[in-house]
This record gives sequence, structure tokens and C-alpha cells, in this order.
Amino acid sequence: MRGFYSRKIHSLLGVIPLGGFFLEHMLTNFSAVEGGPSGFNDSVLWLNSLPLVFFLELFGIWLPLLYHGVFGLYIAYQSKPNLNRYNLERNWRYTLQRVTGIITFIFVVWHVFETRFQVALGNVKHEELGGVMHDIVTQPLLLAFYTIGIISASFHFANGLWSFLISWGVTVGPRAQKVSSFLCLGLFVLVTFMFLISLVTFRDSEFQSAAAIAQTLKAMI
Amino acid sequence: MMAEIAAAPKNVKFIITRQDDQQSTPYVEEFSLPYRPGMNVISALMEIQRNPVNAMGDHTVPVCWDSNCLEEVCGACSMVINGKPRQACAALIDNLEQPVRIEPMKTFPVVRDLVIDRTRMFNALKKVKAWIPIDGTYDLGPGPRMPEKKRQWAYELSKCMTCGVCLEACPNVNEKTNFIGPAAISQVRLFNAHPTGEMNSDDRLEALMEDGGIDGCGNSQNCVRACPKGIPLTTSIAEINKQTTKHMFKRWLGV
Repeated sequence: MRGFYSRKIHSLLGVIPLGGFFLEHMLTNFSAVEGGPSGFNDSVLWLNSLPLVFFLELFGIWLPLLYHGVFGLYIAYQSKPNLNRYNLERNWRYTLQRVTGIITFIFVVWHVFETRFQVALGNVKHEELGGVMHDIVTQPLLLAFYTIGIISASFHFANGLWSFLISWGVTVGPRAQKVSSFLCLGLFVLVTFMFLISLVTFRDSEFQSAAAIAQTLKAMI
Repeated sequence: MMAEIAAAPKNVKFIITRQDDQQSTPYVEEFSLPYRPGMNVISALMEIQRNPVNAMGDHTVPVCWDSNCLEEVCGACSMVINGKPRQACAALIDNLEQPVRIEPMKTFPVVRDLVIDRTRMFNALKKVKAWIPIDGTYDLGPGPRMPEKKRQWAYELSKCMTCGVCLEACPNVNEKTNFIGPAAISQVRLFNAHPTGEMNSDDRLEALMEDGGIDGCGNSQNCVRACPKGIPLTTSIAEINKQTTKHMFKRWLGV
């Protein structure tokens, strides 16, 4: 009984709220493409001006992320991949779901440490996050790490949505599961593209100047 | 002379993973058998039994295996042949790459050589009550009729022979989990679809909502590709996902 509910909650949290936040994050980042540093800052500040933002973050992101991440690692540990025996598309996705889950876990811990955690410590202000991202993605190694992290997270999200639909009994027949495969694959491509385009935008020198201004302001104070 | 060379028998090589008892370590033994038209893995094992000599020419203990019907309906002779779990009786040598590699299905406890213990599958059927209870002290009369359309797909599910191939193919059935496996889940769908069996559907769903139940499925969907009877196992799993989800909400809301 415990296993059934804990797995159901894991599956649900992956989509609501984490999937929702993932898409929201994608849009916030994309405002950097659309509106440059000021557009990005406006989006960040809008998000942080939401009422009860602490509780929204706690129950909408931190706790679900902790549960989904830790329980997900346990699920990955329990699997015994057999691609050598069954070199099939669905079996590849099963295995990649677990592999990308682990990569995403590491990536998210790293990313949160560099950004939100530094804000919480008071080392960085919300308005300076664009500059922080600029400093990160102008380093080739970190850019590669972020690219891998984004592709992993996007795949894990899109393919997770596909298996969520099965686990909750929405897509039952083989045809429904095939159509949802294509839709989720499309979503994976779209989300990956949106995140990567934002990532490249952060390399722009406009964000550097934003970072530099923030630095000088900090130095002056 | 020419005729003799032409008539020289072709040989087929077998590499068999053997194990003397449940505790001992497995080892590999090779056999070279004369080719006969139409031979399959079972007839090859019978030949080894008749003349237990390995490829080195040494006399050895005959290889043990399990089989019954010899027409792919009983499920007893499942083993891993050239890397794929399947029925040995339906594995024709003409269709196999040589040398033929034969191993037991190690997802199950190995009793000896190729003989495995599938008790967990029969326990799973007991756990999910894969039957229709009609026994009683008086005649209950005829049950409700089953629509023909439903009977047609339900018949496909009834072809399951508890052979264990789907469990062997599943990456989530292993020593780290207690996942019940696809076969029993499909049987729950079968008996819940039956107009009389439906009366006990809640019992079956609750059995699958217990530890080791349907939540163990990871959607690798190997089972449906591996099933020798072509049973739509993933459709069964998704349908039971739907039924257990509904049951969960019904129980919460007290409907």
C-alpha cells in the first residue's frame, strides 16, 4: 500500500507542480531573449513579488523537488537496465529516463547552489542573476555542463509526462501511447530549444555590463 | 569416397550454462550434436540426454530441463536462447544463429541447469485472486452474458501460460524490487472484465495496490514485445493503472 501511494505522489509531483515550474522557468528565461537584461529582470522581480512567495516556493518547488529527486534516485537504483538484450526505443526511453533523472538531480543541485542559494545567503541580489548567468555561460566547460543539464532536464520532463499519462491510466491503448509519444517528443525538442536559446542569450555582452554595473555598485557600497 | 564426404553429418554447436544445484556456481559446457532436419532446442536436449557426451568428447551428466506440451502453450520450457527468453520447444535450430547459447531464466531461482522455479508467478495469481469464485452450497444460476466484442479481446488475455518471459524481459523485476510482473496484472484485467469476475474486482485491484504491486511498472514496455503469445500486456497495465487510480479516489471519497 505504501509503495503504491509513494510512487503515485512521485509521479504527480513530477508534473504538478514541478513540470509547471519548469515551464514557468523556461518562460522567465525566454524574457531575456525577448527583452534583454531589463526584460529578464522584470520577469524575475515579478515572480518574486508574488504574494506569499516564500510558501509558493516551499510547497511549489523545494519540498516537491526534494521528494521527487530523492525518491527518484531510489527508483533509478531499483532498475536493472537490459538494453543489451532489448535494444528497443521504449526500453531506451526507460533507461534514459533514469539516467537523465540522475544527471538532472546533480545539475539542479549545482544550479540552485549557484543562483537561488547565493540569493538566500545574501551574496547576490535578484537583479544580479542575469550577470551571474552571464559569468557562468561564458566559461566553455560550464556552458557544456549547463547544456547537458538542460537537455537532460527537458527529456526527463517530456518523457516523464508520457509515462505519467500511462501511470494514471489516461493513455491506455497502443495508439494513444504512440500519439502521446510524438507529442512529448515535440515538447522535448521545443523546451530544449527555448532553454538553450536563452542560455546563449546570457552570453551576450549586455548581460556582462549588467553584471559589471552590479559589481561596481557592490564595490561602491 | 565422394558420396561419403557429402553424407558426412553437419554438426550444431551448443553452449549451455549449467548449474548443479540451487547454491552452486554456474558453469558453461559445450556440446556438438549432429544436425537433423526440423530439430529444435528440446530435441537437442533430448539428444544430449540419450548420449551425454560434451564437445570435448568427455562423458558428462545429462543437462536437466523442464518441458511439457512441446507446442508453446504450457510455458514450462522457457529459457534464454541466444540472449532472448523464449520457449525451447518453439526454437527451431534452422532459425537460430550458431553456436546456440542456452541459459536458464535467472530472474527465477535456478533449480538445476535449465530448470527454474516459477512459484512466484503462481503465488502472484493467488495474491490477485485470478479466478472467478462461483463455488457455494446452492446453484447460483446462469451468470450475466459477456458481449462478443469484449470476449474477443479477453480471449487474447486468457492465452497467458505463466511462462515467465515477460518477467525475465522486465528491467524492474529483479532482486532489488518485489514487483509482481506484467503477467498477473494482465490476469487482473481479464478477470475484472468478466461479468461475474467483475463482482470481485475491488479485491483484485487492492491486491495490486499493495507492496510490490502495479506501482513497480516503469514503462519500459519490453514485456509486450517479448510475450510469445502476443498478449497486449502494456494495454493491460495501463488499463489497470486506470482502474487502480479510480479505485484510489473512490476509496478516499467513500463512494
